[in-house]
Parts: sequence; structure tokens; C-alpha cells
Amino acid sequence: MRNREYIFGNIDWLTVTLYLLLVLMGWLSIFTASAGEDIAGIFDFSERYGKQFIWIILAIILAIMILIVEAKFFSAFSFWIYGFLIVILIGVLFFGSMVAGSKSWFKIANFAIQPAEFAKFATALALARYLSTLNIDISQLKTKLYTLGILFFPAALILLQNDTGSALVYFAFALVLFREGFSGMIIVIGIVMGVLFVLTLLLGEYWVIAGLSAIGLLTFLLKKKWRKQFKLLLGIVIMASTFVFSVHYSFENVLEPHQKKRINVLLGIEQDLQGAGYNVNQSKIAIGSGGLTGKGFRNGMLTRNHFVPEQSTDFIFCTVGEEWGFFGTSVVVLTFLALLIRLVHMAERQRSRFSRIYGYGVASVLFFHIAINIGMTIGLAPVVGIPLPFFSYGGSSLWAFTILLFIFIKQDANRLNVL
Amino acid sequence: MYLKDYSGRKYVIIGMFILMGILFLLRLFYLQIIDNSYKLSADNIVLRNIREYPPRGCVYDRSNNLLIYNEAAYDIMVIPRQVKKLDTLAFCRLLGIDTSVFIAQLKKAKRYSYYKPSVFLKQVSKQDMGKIEEKLFMYDGFYSQTRTLRHYTHPIAGHLFGNIGEVGQSDMEHDPFYKAGDYIGKSGIERYYEKFLRGKSGLTVVEVDVHNRVKGSYMEGKFDTLAVPGKDLVLTIDLNLQEYGEQLMQNKKGSVVAIDPKTGEILALISSPAYDPNLLVGRERTKNYNLLLNDSILPLMNRATMGTYPPGSTFKMVNALVALQENAITQNTYFSCQGKRTSPIKCTHDHVSPLKLDMAIQQSCNSYFWNTFNAILNNHKFRDVHKGYESWYRDVVSFGFGHGFKTDIPYEVGGNIPSKDYYDKAYNGRWNAMTVRSLSIGQGEILVTPIQLANLGVIIANKGSFYPPHFLKKLEGSDSLMTVFNKLYRTSVASLHFDIVQESMLEVFDGDHGTARYYRLDSIRQCGKTGTVQNPHGDDHSLFIAFAPMENPQIALAVVVENAGYGSTWAAPIASLMIEKFLKGGTKRLELEKKIMEVNLLDPNRSEKRKAQ
Ligand SMILES: [Zn+2]
Repeated sequence: MRNREYIFGNIDWLTVTLYLLLVLMGWLSIFTASAGEDIAGIFDFSERYGKQFIWIILAIILAIMILIVEAKFFSAFSFWIYGFLIVILIGVLFFGSMVAGSKSWFKIANFAIQPAEFAKFATALALARYLSTLNIDISQLKTKLYTLGILFFPAALILLQNDTGSALVYFAFALVLFREGFSGMIIVIGIVMGVLFVLTLLLGEYWVIAGLSAIGLLTFLLKKKWRKQFKLLLGIVIMASTFVFSVHYSFENVLEPHQKKRINVLLGIEQDLQGAGYNVNQSKIAIGSGGLTGKGFRNGMLTRNHFVPEQSTDFIFCTVGEEWGFFGTSVVVLTFLALLIRLVHMAERQRSRFSRIYGYGVASVLFFHIAINIGMTIGLAPVVGIPLPFFSYGGSSLWAFTILLFIFIKQDANRLNVL
Repeated sequence: MYLKDYSGRKYVIIGMFILMGILFLLRLFYLQIIDNSYKLSADNIVLRNIREYPPRGCVYDRSNNLLIYNEAAYDIMVIPRQVKKLDTLAFCRLLGIDTSVFIAQLKKAKRYSYYKPSVFLKQVSKQDMGKIEEKLFMYDGFYSQTRTLRHYTHPIAGHLFGNIGEVGQSDMEHDPFYKAGDYIGKSGIERYYEKFLRGKSGLTVVEVDVHNRVKGSYMEGKFDTLAVPGKDLVLTIDLNLQEYGEQLMQNKKGSVVAIDPKTGEILALISSPAYDPNLLVGRERTKNYNLLLNDSILPLMNRATMGTYPPGSTFKMVNALVALQENAITQNTYFSCQGKRTSPIKCTHDHVSPLKLDMAIQQSCNSYFWNTFNAILNNHKFRDVHKGYESWYRDVVSFGFGHGFKTDIPYEVGGNIPSKDYYDKAYNGRWNAMTVRSLSIGQGEILVTPIQLANLGVIIANKGSFYPPHFLKKLEGSDSLMTVFNKLYRTSVASLHFDIVQESMLEVFDGDHGTARYYRLDSIRQCGKTGTVQNPHGDDHSLFIAFAPMENPQIALAVVVENAGYGSTWAAPIASLMIEKFLKGGTKRLELEKKIMEVNLLDPNRSEKRKAQ
């Protein structure tokens, strides 16, 4: 048994350092983006930087608390935590408050909490717990369905809250499943579907289907191996065509106008300087104007004049780009990259499958958030409102990511005690 | 246990992470170092979106006389973040406001946003703006924005034009087209045709330096869009007739609706007391609106479409037509009348007895129509009063009663024709013709609106058919709406039955005993019918429906004057003058015209005095 003094003994200080670095850089950016000319002090709670400061302090206390709790607690109570969050997600549908078109907040006095943020770590726990059950056979249909169910429930509830961005995050768990031996086809099919989706919107459904048929025909004529599998080939072409039609249908009939617009803007089909395209354009200008070295701390005129909408939340990365230039953005990107690789490394050194799967869950969720958030500010991904981990303004998101990460740091610190 | 070790897959995952990192770094390198188009000059120029508000569509009358147009006005905007220390007193003097207003407005703007522009002072007129513009640039954080205000060429038709006002929170949530501070049609035509009248706002992206000075257009206007002006509207209203009607109706409560029977086009829609639509424009809007709202004679209420009245004797013609159609009576059916001694409904009119349908309409004989109604309900065709009633109900509803027309009429109510179910519930299923006898003379639960009464005039003029009443004559670049209004409705009564009703209505003007004989004209064959409606709250309402000329009807109308006594006293001459105005352009009956325009039926002491005499 380990001594009390040893609580912090075995933890991965590199990860903790990367975490603190990201939180600090995030706070400086929020400070720049929200502080006026005259600063009343960092404890000015009427301003965002003051509130974020408090939330950072609370996040650190939360992290320490997680490190003190027995590591087994989280694996033992995984399903309870998951169930509790599902109940909360249902509750928010009925009793939540509308903020910016999404019914995803609980308001208590002046304080608002977004349960969807916390559902991510709960889902990662439940998934890890389920897949680490003894004698589980992932090739069984039942296992696959249970796994999808664990991911589907929170995602569907969040979608019902009209918070599409947070629901999409659950796709990230495909990486975890891939690592645990689910067929790599999941990812290949995902990529093919993505390509077909974009092509359908760009070229129209008939051209894409014509192209698919042509490819199918060529394969049939040129590859002898496939000639015997005629039915399978035909099936694939028909399924892909059905998908293309359903993309067209759901794009026209299911998506909200503003979602359609965002996708069209990203694909360059539509230019919209008043709505979604405006944000991205302003964001690119702000980042571009930073140049190599940036304009210096608190000298970014664009960010300081609130040139980019939502810039202390979803577009926080612009502030880094404008004030610290390419040097700054590279540091942030590389720090995130280092964290992600470190997490994979840590996950692989776990003896317990629960810890490894959870570790991959953490890495995947962070990866998805980073890819989409930074991607959208530099015009590589659609405008999906999800925060940049540890960076974006907001207590819910900071705490949720802190919990997500530190549960894994705790598991990792305890890895040698697992038999 | 896993049979296979998948740990090699970590390299695929790490590979994806690194690929993302490389993509980001390349993209950032491109954006921040190679591509110059996203860089701005060293002066830290920022972009500002300037919305260009489109002029709202103008509105014309049926002869293309301008009714509603736009006048330039200015909003003074403020960006609190950019406001520097300023000479508050001088600034307030310049704008002509109190310092308390200055403090309150600035506080309000700050509460909304330090960085986004708020309206500081709304709707400054062109004249005032002249002086202000010269000095406004000295005050950092303030600038002006051009807006337009509605202006009405004539102080008429406030009810039907409606008015515009700033969008509310729910409008913005409903339709993302609207931004705070936009105007939206709040009522009347302005509201109904909002989507066409509003146009589309434009956007100019300009570069602004740190001192808030516009440096010029951004990227040579590549992202600018032009404002698209709203569509112009041509209404079916006849300006002269509308104005004349409002003059005739001044100092009276009630309404006049005139319709072109050939098309359903509304020629005039007057609700009195009226108000000048210019009152509800600009900075005084809220104050004036509240004054009108709290006025006890309800000037904001559109009596022509929302006022419901029992139709009284005018409804006898409907009962006559239904009875003829259902073979309950013929044109030669006689009924007797004992005047005041008749039961169950006494007759107050002096006339021969027994009498035929034509005389009964002219003399408005109550007992004749009670017998007629009784014959409809106890029609041997049905052998059941309730079935007979349902048949009567269907026929009456086909005249446009009991429901709205669902065209572009603002705030129309449907009135009421009581259904069989209603009476079943009220009398536990035990009721007969006797129970609902008031319906025979247009009293009881029946309620109709003046526009439905005018439409009754249309139906009789057309011998059984009508186009739904509407206001739209032409909408720039859109014909599809018109097809809705061009649908011909037929009542369930055959054309041949209308002749006798038309002839009886002609006798109302031209006959020796006609109730409107004092208003006959040699040059126009007018057809009409008076109605006097008992009003439990005061003097009777005076009703009149008419159309003319008989041989080729060009106007049909209904006149309702509240608390005015007999229909023939006030409503009939107003109808006649309106007809003459429309067909001949004016009248020679100047004394009559003067008398009607000058009489004040609103005088609160009037009914007291009359009772005292
Ligand atoms: Zn009689």
C-alpha cells in the first residue's frame, strides 16, 4: 500500500505541465480579448477574464481532489456516473434555459452549467468500463450494439438540445474502438462517407452517382477478382448511391438554414459576410495580421476591438494568432500535439484495459475538439460551436476537460498497483 | 481476453494527430506569412459592417395616386467603447436633448454592448440633422445612420394602412431577417404585405481607423451587397371615395365599406372614429399610440372588420333568398300581418295585409319573415326542424357569413351564425323554430361585420356570386397572390331568385313608400335596404346596404352608424352620397352633404337631451 505522501509521487508531471501551460495561455488570451483600457485587477468579476481566473482556481482544486480519490472509484462507479449524467441531460431538455438557440444550460442564480460538457468524460468512463469487462468478445453483434448504445444515448440527447457541435464529438470515440480492435473499416467507411457528402454538395447528387457507377463498372471490367463478386460490387454501388441521395435529402430537409449556410460557406458554394462566413473571414484576417511574430501582448487591435465575434469562446485562437503571430500559433499547436501524443503513450503503458481505453477516450475527445476548433478559425473545418480545450472562456468546458484529463492522470499514477 | 494484439494501431492514431498538426502549421504558415490578403495595414484598420436600409415599398391607390411614401430620417448611433471625454452640455444642446437623456441612453447602450453600435437617438428629422452632421464628427464614438420614416400623403385610412414599428424580440427569433432596430409592419396592410414591402438590406464593408473614421471600402467592395428596395403596392382603394367617406363619417361611430361587385376590390373601408396615420410615425409614435389606445371611443379598433352587429332587417333578404331556393315560399306566397298585435314577433311597420314578398322586403314586415323562416325550418323536405335548420345554416354560410374571407383584410373577425350544435347545447336538444325566431329578422345570436354586409350587397348585385373582398390591385413583380383573390364563390341560391330582391331594393329608393325615398336620384338607379338594430346599451344602430346602378352594378356598400336610430335617418343618405361620389364624382345635394358632415352623433349629452324632450 502506498503512503499518503506518495499521492503526487507517481503522477505524470509532463502532462500536468502541458495542461497548466495551455490553461495559462488560454487565460492570457481571454484577458486580452475581454479587458478594457483600464483594468480593475484580475479579480474584476464583472469581466470575463476575472471570472475565468476563478474558474481556473476551482479547476485546479478539482484536479487535486481527483488525484486524492481512490483510483478504483472511477472504474467502480463508471456506470453510475454515466447514468447520472444521462438523467441530467434529460432534465435539461425540460428544465434547461435557452442560450443562443440551444437548450443546453442549467441556470442556478447567476450561474450557468452546460451538462453536455460533462457527459463526455462520463461516456468515456462507461465505454472503458464496458469494453474492459472480462471475456468480452467484440466480434459479437451484442457487444457492438451495446457499445454503440453507450455512445448513442448522450449524443442523441445533446442533439435534441439543439447543440449539434457537442453531439458530433461522440464520433471521436471511433478512434477508441479502432484501437480496441473494431474493424478499421469504421474509419475507412467514415472517410468515404465524408468524401461523398462533400462531393454531393459540390457537384450535385446525379454527378456523384454517375461517377460511382462508372467506378463500379471499371472495377468490374478491369479487376478479375471482383468479377466473381458481382453482387457485392453492385450492393456497394447501390448503398453508396442511396447514401448520396439521403445526403441530398437530409441537407435540403433536415438541416436548419444556418447549418446549411455554414457548410456551404466552408465549401465555397456560398459567400456570406454577414453570418457564418463573416466570423471565419474576420478570424482569418485577425490571424493573418499577426504575421511571423505577432503584434505583442495586448496590442492586437482587431481582437481588442471585438472584431471577431465570440472570440473569447469559440474563436479564442484568433487572439493567439494576432498577438503572438506564427510563433505563438505554432507553440499552441505543438503543445496540443505533444499532449495528444503523450496521452497515447501513457495509454499504451497501462496494465488495465479500463485505463487504456479511458486514456484513448481522453485523447480522442481532445483531438476532435482541437481539430474542429482550430480548423474552423483558420477555415479548414465548418463553423461548429465547440470550445478549444483548456483555452476557451467558460467554466463548464474548463472543468469538464480538467475532470476528463485528471481522471486519466490518476489512473496512470496508479498503474503500478494494478495486478 | 483479446485474441489479437492491436497495439500496432497506435501508430495509425498518432499518425492522424501528427497529420493534423502538420496541416495546421502549413495553413498557419500560409495565412500568417505567405498570404498578404489577410493582412491589414500597420494603422490597425478595422472593418465595420454598415447596413444599408432599403426604402420600404410605396403604396398607391387604384388610380396610382401616392398614398404612402418614405422620408429620410437619421439615427444617431453610439459605440460606448469609443466614446471619449466630451463636453456633455454642448453635445446635448447640439442634439436638443436633456443631460438626463444623455446619461440614460449611454447607460443603456453600455448595458447592451461596449463594442457594438447602439441607437443613441432615434429618428432625427432631415432638418435637425443638417446642423448636427456638421459637428458630430467631433464626438468620438458617435455617428449617424440613414433610416427612412413612413409618411402618408393624406390623413386617412389609418386602420387599413396599419403602421410600422421597431421589431420586437419575438419577431427576431421568428425570422432571422430582422436585426434589432429594424422596422416591421405592425398592423394593417403594412403587416400583411411586410415580406414584399420591406425589401432587403444591403451591406457595405468599410475600413475604419482607430479614430472611427471611415477610410474607404474594403477590398474594393468585393463583399458589399446592395440594398434591394421594397416592392410597390397598388391598392384597390379609391383615394377620393375613402377621403369623402371619412368626412361623412366624422363625429360618428361606425363604418362604411364599399366594394366593386365585379372584382371584390374594396373601394373604401372607413372605420370611424378614424385617426391620422402620420400620428404613429417617428419619435411620437409610442406617446400617440398610447393616447389612441386609451381613448374611450376606441379609435384604434377597425370597426369595419372587427365590429360585429346583428344585421337586423338587412338579413331579411337572405332569409327570403334561402326560402325561395329551398322552395319554402314562392314569389307569390302571401302572409298576413296584424302589425303590433302579431305574434310571436310584432311588426312596427304600417302596411297592407296580407302581403307578398316584394312588399314585405320594401316594408320590412317582421311577421312575413317570421312566417318565411318558420317555413324554411319546417320544410316538408326534411320533416325535422333541426335538419331544416342545418340546411338554412349551410345556405347562410355560403353568403360569406360566420367566417372570415381570409384575404388580405387586416384583423377580420368571422362574426357568428349559431350552429345546430350550439342550440342543442343551449336547450338540451329541445328547441324549434319558435325558440330561435329572432333569427328570422336578423336579431338574436347572429353577428356580422360591416365588410360581410357590404359583401351581401355584392352578392345581390351579382345575383349570387362574389369574389372575396380584398385590397391588393397590383404587387410589383408578383401575380401569384392575385389568383387567391380571383376565385369566384357562388352562394347556394340560384340567380333567378335574386331578381325580385333587386326589384324590391330598387323600390326602397324609388317607391312611393320606400324607406330611402328622400335620397332617390334621377340619374342613378340605386338599390338599398335599411336596417335598424336594437342595441341594449343605447340608441339603435342604423344600418344600410346598397348597390348601384341596378342595371350594371359598379359599387356595393354597407353603412353602419352606431347609436343613430333608424337606418333611414343617417345610414341611407351616407350610402347614397357615397354612390353618387363614386359614379358621378360628387353631388349637387350640398345641403344634405353639409348636414351629414356636420352632425355630431358622438356628443355624450345627445341621447340625454333627446330623452328629455
Ligand atoms: Zn308587417
